[in-house]
Formats: sequence, C-alpha cells, structure tokens
Amino acid sequence: MNLETPRKFHGLQQQAQQVAKHYFRPISRKYDKVEHAYPKELDLLAALLDGMNEGSPDAVGAGSASKRGAACEQRAGNKNAGNMAALLGVMELCWGDVGLLLAMPRQGLGNAAIAAVANDEQLARFAGAWAAMAITEPGCGSDSAAIRTTAVRDGDHYILNGEKIFVTSGERADAVVIWATLDKSLGRAAIKSFVVEKGTAGMTVTRLEKKLGIKASDTASISLSDCRVPAANLLGNAEIDVQKGFAGVMETFDNTRPLVAGMAVGVARAALERTRELLICAGCRFDYAKPLLTVTHAEATLYRLEAEWEAARLLTLKAAWMADNKLPNSKEASIAKAKAGRVASEVTLKCVELVGALGYGEDELLEKWARDSKILDIFEGTQQIQLLIIARRLLGKSSSELK
Amino acid sequence: MIVDTQGQALSVLSKLAQADWPDRLKVRKSFEKLVYSGSRVSFRLAAGGSRNTPRAATDDLFDLSLTEEQQMLVDMLQGFALEVLRPAAHEADARAHVPAALLNQAHQLGLAHYGVAEAQGGLAGERTVLSNALIAESLAQGDFSLAAALLVPLSAANCIRRWGSSAQQAAWLPAFISEQGAPAFALAVTEPGVLTDAGQPATRARKRGKHYLLDGEKALVIAGLAASRLIVSAQATDGPALFIVDAASKGVSRRTEPGMGLKACGLTRIQLKGVKVSSECRLAGDGFDFLAFLDYSALAFCALAVGTAQAALDYVTRYCNERQAFGEPISHRQGVAFMVADVAIELDAMRLLLWRACARAEVGLPLRREAYLARLLCVDKAMRIGSDAVQLLGGHGFTQEHPVERWYRDLRSLAVLAGGLHL
Repeated sequence: MNLETPRKFHGLQQQAQQVAKHYFRPISRKYDKVEHAYPKELDLLAALLDGMNEGSPDAVGAGSASKRGAACEQRAGNKNAGNMAALLGVMELCWGDVGLLLAMPRQGLGNAAIAAVANDEQLARFAGAWAAMAITEPGCGSDSAAIRTTAVRDGDHYILNGEKIFVTSGERADAVVIWATLDKSLGRAAIKSFVVEKGTAGMTVTRLEKKLGIKASDTASISLSDCRVPAANLLGNAEIDVQKGFAGVMETFDNTRPLVAGMAVGVARAALERTRELLICAGCRFDYAKPLLTVTHAEATLYRLEAEWEAARLLTLKAAWMADNKLPNSKEASIAKAKAGRVASEVTLKCVELVGALGYGEDELLEKWARDSKILDIFEGTQQIQLLIIARRLLGKSSSELK
Repeated sequence: MIVDTQGQALSVLSKLAQADWPDRLKVRKSFEKLVYSGSRVSFRLAAGGSRNTPRAATDDLFDLSLTEEQQMLVDMLQGFALEVLRPAAHEADARAHVPAALLNQAHQLGLAHYGVAEAQGGLAGERTVLSNALIAESLAQGDFSLAAALLVPLSAANCIRRWGSSAQQAAWLPAFISEQGAPAFALAVTEPGVLTDAGQPATRARKRGKHYLLDGEKALVIAGLAASRLIVSAQATDGPALFIVDAASKGVSRRTEPGMGLKACGLTRIQLKGVKVSSECRLAGDGFDFLAFLDYSALAFCALAVGTAQAALDYVTRYCNERQAFGEPISHRQGVAFMVADVAIELDAMRLLLWRACARAEVGLPLRREAYLARLLCVDKAMRIGSDAVQLLGGHGFTQEHPVERWYRDLRSLAVLAGGLHL
C-alpha cells in the first residue's frame, strides 16, 4: 500500500502548479470582474497543453480521463494512468483558478465524452475540436433521464429540436455534445449524445448566464430548432438497448466525477493555504502536536478543515485509481464527488470567516474561491444526486424504490 | 543471536492444529496459509537469510490494494470477529468482563507475533504498522471493547519493540510468544485532568541514583487491574519517557474506573506515589520519540473506530432494508438512505486517513501531521456514525437489544483516550 503521489507524476504536478501560479492567478481577478469576456490568454496555454500531451504518455486534461486511456497501458498489476494524471493536473490548475480551467479550450466535458465513447472515425474527425457538453434543460436538471430534446432520424441525418441550458463554454466551443432522446416512450435507453458543430444551422446561443462564481467560464443557453446533424455524429451505439439502458451515457460520469472532485480539492487547498499564511501572521501556530482542546479556536478550525480536505483528496485519488485499474467505481466516484463538493464549500466559506474582513474583501481571492467552489457541489450531479447513487448501491435499491 | 524461529512458527501452528474453532469458523485454510507465509519469513531467517527485505524501487505507485498476507489476515480475523466476538460482546459489556475462554482463543490466534520482531521469533518485519491496523480494524468489526481488550498484549509488544533498546527487547519480547505467555501488561498513558496534554504528562519521574521515583495518576487504563506490568508515561527532567513498572510495586494503587463504555476493557484508575523504578526499566531505544509514541497510540484507536464504524454501517444497512414503515422498507426514504450514504462516505474517509498514516510509517516517512489529522477526523466522524446508527434504529437503537447503543458508548472513548493501545 502506498497513498503518496507517485514520483512519475511529480513533473506533471510541478508544471501544472507553475501554470496555476504564474498564468492563472495573475488574471484570476480580472476575469472574475469582466464576466463573458473570453480569456484570450488561454489560447496560448491550450496550445502548450496540447503540445505537452502529444509528447507525453501521461497526458493531462479532459481527454485522458477515460477507460480508453487506461486500456493503453498493457502492463499487468497496479496502474497509475490517465485518470490519475488528469486528476492531479486538475487539482493543481484549480488551485490556480477553477473558472479559467473550465474555460480552457479543448478541455471541456464534451471532450471527455468524445474521448470516452467515440469510435475511431469520430475520434479522428473531432481531433483538436473543442467540445462543450449540453445535458441540462429548463425542465430537467438532475433528472437527466427526463430529457425532452428530440432527435429524429431523417436519411443520413438526425433532426434535433429542444432547449439546453447551463452549457459550459457553449458559445466558445467548436462543437457541442447534445444529449437528446430518440424516443421519449423508451425512457433512458433512448438517450443518445450528438456532436453538433458550431455554425450548424438551427443551433443558436440564446443567452449567457450571470453567475455567483466561475465567471471566467461562459455558461450558455442553446436553442435547437430543426437542427440537422449528420448521423455519423451520434456518439456510441445508435441502437436503443433497453437492457443496457442509461448505463452507456452515464459511464462518462464515473470518469468525470473524480475530476470535478479534484477541482474542489484544488480550490479548497488554495483557500486553506492562504488562510494558514494569514493566520500565522496573526500569531497562530500549526505544529500538529497539541490536543485540539488546548489550541486556539482558529487553529482548531483550520485543523478540522485540513482533515476534511485530506479526506476529500484521498477519496478522490481512490476513485481515479480504481478507474485506472478498471475496477467498477460508480459508488466511489460519487463518494468522492459528494465529499469533495461539500468540503470545498465548507472550507472556502470557513476560510473567509477565519480571516474576517480581509477574507471578505476583493483584495484577497478568498471570497472569490468561496463563490467559485459552490458550483462544484452542483454540476456533474448535485450533492443530493451523489447521495442517492451511493445509497442505492449500498442498500441495493433501484431508482424506482429509492427515489 | 540464535533464535529457534522455526520452532516458534511450528508451535503456533501446532496450537492451531489442536484448536477446534478454526474449523467451526471455516477459516482453517486461510489461517494455515497465513501461518505458512509468516513462517516462511522465519525459515528464511533461520537459514541465515537477510533480515532486511529491501523495498523495491518501483514500489512508489499509488496503490490501495492489500498484500496477499494482509488480505488473509483480514479474512481470518473478520471471521473471528463476527462469529466469536460479536456474540460474546453483549454479555462481556453487561458483566464488565472478558471471558477467559475468549482471551485464550485470542492468544491462540498468535496476534502477539505481529508485535515481536523476527529476531525474537515473531513476525514483525519492517512493514507491520498497516498489518497491525488491519488486525485492530478487523477485530473491532466484532466489537470495539472486546477488540481493545484483546489487543493489549500486542500493543505492549509493539511498544517495547518500537521504543525499547535491543537489550530491553531481548529481555521482554520472547515471553509474548512463549508457550506460557507474557506477563499481563497494560499501557498507562491517559491522565484524569481537564484540558491535559498527553505530550506533557503531569506524572513525574524524578531520578534518584539508579532509580526513578514516579508520582502521578493515570485514568481509564485498559486492562489495568489485571496487569502485572504497567507501561507508564511520565515527565522526566530530560523529557517525557516510558517506564515498565511492576504493578505490585509499593506506591501503586489501583481501582476499577467504570466509564460510559469500554466495559469489557476493565478500565482502571491507577495512582503512583513515590513508585521506585529501576533506570533499566525506562524504555531507551535509539530514536525514542514520545510524540510518535502518542501517534501510534492514536492510530490504534482510529483503527478500532474504523472497524466499529464498518460494523455500524453493515448493521444499519441491513436493518433499514428490513424495517418496514408506511408499507415499505424505511431505506426507501431519502431521510434514512442519505444518512446511510453519509456513514459510508465518512467511514471511507476515516479509513483512508488511517491507512495513509500507517503506510507512511512503514516506509519511514514522517507521520506527525497525518496521524494528527487521522485522529481528528476519526474522533469526529466515528462519534457521528455511532450516533447516526442509534438514530437509524430509532427507539430500538436505544435499547440493548441491538449493539449500536454499545458502540455509541464505546466510540465516545476515542476523544478521551490518549493511549492504552499501540500499533
């Protein structure tokens, strides 16, 4: 057993840390202030990242967190592969800025979906494209099986109709992966995802949200009106397999949830570190020796937060490690997401409180982190959805029994 | 030093061969394999092989899997915990007493071998902290209090092996795995004051020639009354230290100290008034580190908490699926199901913090911070789990018809015990 970060990823972590520190942090406040302005600085960085990934077997980013990545490594025994590499990268980058990471070209969840379920032809065709992911609709959030956007086959095309909201980078991306149903009467099994390229007639961005945090990342509403998409853009199997049902589409989450948990771990660490610095300036000491009852309340509070943070971090590493080793990890991915999501909120909010006015003001980034972190307990499945998934697995319940 | 390690391994095996409970529990197979793999070490040793099994250089990947031997240990002890400890736990709690037969069975398990170094014929190699934690975790799945009571000899052996000089180890350790067994030890660390710091014991050790004089008071000592030897923490002029004290010494007075839980542990209050202890009985290993001693103690209780929290999760999972209300199992309600999910989340969190601290200890990495955070988290979450387990069973959870009220009482001890067990 070894629960330390392996040496082979130290270089990756250091690189990501440099980017977070010297690239993200200096422009962090700027793009928090000018919501909807595209952080053009990211183009250069994305190109750099693409180059790094080309040259490295331990690729960082959305595309590497997939079962495909794990499959590349043939060696038997314990593996630390793409899922862990992507996770460690994300943790460092979100120590810098969650919003900027989410705004990174070609690192969207759409890219993760393509990497996970596209066939070889599609992989080649969409290589280099920046893909956003559109699941949520005005009338369905967590209940993604209730999707109303329709896809109707028409010759070599599908015709898509519906409304999508909360599409991260929906306006900036080259393509959007749209979830739509082939037949509402068949429920989840009929939900498929389609790559719709920017500029396709019938797809329009109708609004950009103003948000609590992650303002550097655009959140678009998209309208689909008789939008014709080539049939070859359907990801995965076009057949409606009632047996397998929703599982195919949901599989992506087993790989992406640990990444979102990693974002939470990253931003929480930023808040913990800065708060600790400020508390030390104010006379606090952290030597992990005195009983909790005999240190100051501020010290005890930070210790507690740090323990919660460590728990979130290790649970997240566990979920990614399981994915790399092809162990079924749905429950663990949800455990990581649930724990890290709530811990990030608790930590960042408490850190604002711990340093008082300084923490609340815009001279520090603490108040921003406390706003940015909230979304991490919501998207890719809210806290409550994760608890449902975990509880169903533990108790052996179906979604109709434990609603 | 020539030690008959083959003989030691064989004597463990023969004791097991004679016992009948391994068959009853269907664990004989894994048990024999375990002893075999343990004895392989001994045989290699006896053949003059190297003591140090160097750690492979490629061994640095993140890895949550247990070794084959660790998995066997867990399987075997979980069987023992669920089949032997759990049924005995209620009565042990009510009578505040561990049945002698149980202690005997535990001795047959040969657990103390994991606290005695290979040089003295035991099985403790370089990487035994995690195995020790797994032993505690597995036993505590049966019952917290019984597991704590059964772990005292192993803890004492660990303590002497880790903090004693080689002469002290050679003098004390072989008895732990001998036919007749070691003298009963207890670890007296916790003190009765309010807002105390175990790192700065109020108990004093004053040097007088070739002796020390110990004065102070120790609280909630596990198996303290039954012990003939006490390992006592005390502040000497050159820092906190540990002393092996004959419990029959003049100036030692003991009384039972019943508490909220840990009834089977024989909790004891011990007073030390001018107790004369030979200088040779001060544990004096190279690299003696009193704070690390406290860390390993804390980790032992974390391991017990993880095991008992697992037992609580398993128990409430079953109960909530069986218990009907409003025409369906209560587990169909989010208010119930989400509590169960939270138990699972925090249990896994506790376990990972514990395992990480142990894994670091095994390769010589600092564990100060990791042990501190593990203890902090386990104190909070284990109590929360204990409380939620009672809550999930409702009024039934409040009665002694179910074990959860006992675990609730036992788990509170995590926050107040500074020592008493040792990984």
